[in-house]
Amino acid sequence: MFGNIIGNFGQAVAVLLFVIGFANLLLQKNLIKKIIGMNFIDTGTYLFLAEKGYIAGRVAPIITGGVTDAEKYINPIPSGLVLTGIVVSVSVTALMLSLTIRLYQRYHTLDMDEISTILKKEEN
Amino acid sequence: MEFMSNFPCFSLILSMCAAIVSSALSGKWARRLNTAVIAIIGMLSAGTLYLTYVTNQSYVYKMGRFSAPWGNEIRFGNLEAMMALFFSVIMLLSIWGGRKHLLAEIDGFKENLYYVLLDLLMSSLLALVYTNDLFTAYVFVEINTISACGLIMIRENGHTLEAATRYMIMSLIGSGLLLFGLCILYDITGHLLMSNIKEQVTLLVGTGEYHIPLVVAIVFISVGLAIKSALFPFHSWLPDAYGYSTVSSAAILSSLVSKGYIFLLIKVFYRVIGFEVICQSKVINVLFVFGLCGMIFGSLSAIRENDIRRMIAFSSVAQIGYIYMGFGLGTETGMVASIFHILSHAATKSMLFIAAVGLTDVSGQSKKFIDLTGAGYRNIIAGITFTVGSLSMVGVPLFSGFISKILFAQSCVSNENKMLPTLICLAISTILNAIYFMKTVLRIYTPVHTEHKKIKWKYAISYGVVCLLFIGLNILLGMCSEPVVSLIRSGISMFA
Repeated sequence: MFGNIIGNFGQAVAVLLFVIGFANLLLQKNLIKKIIGMNFIDTGTYLFLAEKGYIAGRVAPIITGGVTDAEKYINPIPSGLVLTGIVVSVSVTALMLSLTIRLYQRYHTLDMDEISTILKKEEN
Repeated sequence: MEFMSNFPCFSLILSMCAAIVSSALSGKWARRLNTAVIAIIGMLSAGTLYLTYVTNQSYVYKMGRFSAPWGNEIRFGNLEAMMALFFSVIMLLSIWGGRKHLLAEIDGFKENLYYVLLDLLMSSLLALVYTNDLFTAYVFVEINTISACGLIMIRENGHTLEAATRYMIMSLIGSGLLLFGLCILYDITGHLLMSNIKEQVTLLVGTGEYHIPLVVAIVFISVGLAIKSALFPFHSWLPDAYGYSTVSSAAILSSLVSKGYIFLLIKVFYRVIGFEVICQSKVINVLFVFGLCGMIFGSLSAIRENDIRRMIAFSSVAQIGYIYMGFGLGTETGMVASIFHILSHAATKSMLFIAAVGLTDVSGQSKKFIDLTGAGYRNIIAGITFTVGSLSMVGVPLFSGFISKILFAQSCVSNENKMLPTLICLAISTILNAIYFMKTVLRIYTPVHTEHKKIKWKYAISYGVVCLLFIGLNILLGMCSEPVVSLIRSGISMFA
């Protein structure tokens, strides 16, 4: 059990990051902290992919020194997926931040619960 | 005939190009382009459906130059083509029915942006329906989320901003889980194309290797998509998002966006993991229980609600519960019932939103029940449409809701353990539905003697046509359900 965790140290850290981010996104009241939690989730996932995609002793899949043997290089797809994922998470973060700015301008607070209370008051 | 297999690809490219072009057009032209593009997509999807129906086989279409294990593919059979056709029809009707409100409720310079979002939403829905690649599906899930968030917050007030934020938070939790599930699945199978993954998963299940990672991946993907489609405990964003956004957005969000995720989940069940493996895992039991809870608690919240739009929104929670309950039965008939309910709910819910806005228009824009008294006399067509929608939701014969309820009831008989809870919850939920919908119908047909502003004729004609089309669609689904159900069955058999 512990041997597995130590052997796959990077992946264990990635899952830990994912869990921390998840808890932050769910439990924090502050919007900025929620966004940071969201970025933790994404980073954890990318680290997990990168760890899985790396094979010890091989190099990045760019032909150097005329070596064309596929066994010398790692699989490029996980890295490609990470890049695509980064693009997605950047756009989502931008959207969340802009929403936060709008909410802050309107209610002068970043606390989700407080905003809900103000909205309920407005309604009545 | 061979040329027709290009149609799904064309419709995807067309909607994406329309989104890009619309950002440079004026609101009026963006609207025209959007209407034209969605109508063309509808026709192309009808052509695709004709192709798959006549040849009775599914097609795999290579996107780009690389073939199977490396390249990207789209794949379509009867079910995919039918969904695409249905989505485009509902979207067209929803936009048309809420057009006048859109102009009044959003800033003029934002009008073309609204159509950009709609085009993007359409393209992402089509991609979710057609794609054969899991990572592409993830990317389009995010595009779908972002454009749906835009549709909520384009009518800017405190409620929509808060609802959009809540929606984004819930969606991000869902897509985080989905992405992690996909990564695990990719790690243990080494593929991203659905058909290749399924081969490997079948091998893994046979040898019993990587059992725990496989179950974790199934759980993450199912729960992620369930969160995104607002299954019961994750529905807190839904009433505000549907209740305060502009009416076309509410209709489209409730009837299409959540259905896109559910359809992707169905594809994952059949085409990625395999239905038998899913049934052996305990995930469907969890979905079943949450579905049942959703049916009851969604309806209870709807009864307590004092705002017609929010009431319809809570009713959506209950209906999503029905769909997941059908998944949870773990039989093919249950799946057929769920897919029919996707169609029936999409047709009915968008109709109810459009009808509700007609009623609030003649009641001084108030959504409170007390002001809606007698609204059915003031706007006759909206009153009739709302009544038809309510009867369909309650499950009165002749309308589409009846067919989905009878399909659910029939399908649960084959599953001994789950038959009793399903039938009991169906009965309770039907009674609760009847309570809050009939309460509203009685309310709008209670005569009052106050003067309200009359509606303009020109507006009333286009609105009336949309309402009649919705009623026609609903009765069509209710009366001619047999061909639709057989199409769903053949579509599911093509999945394998």
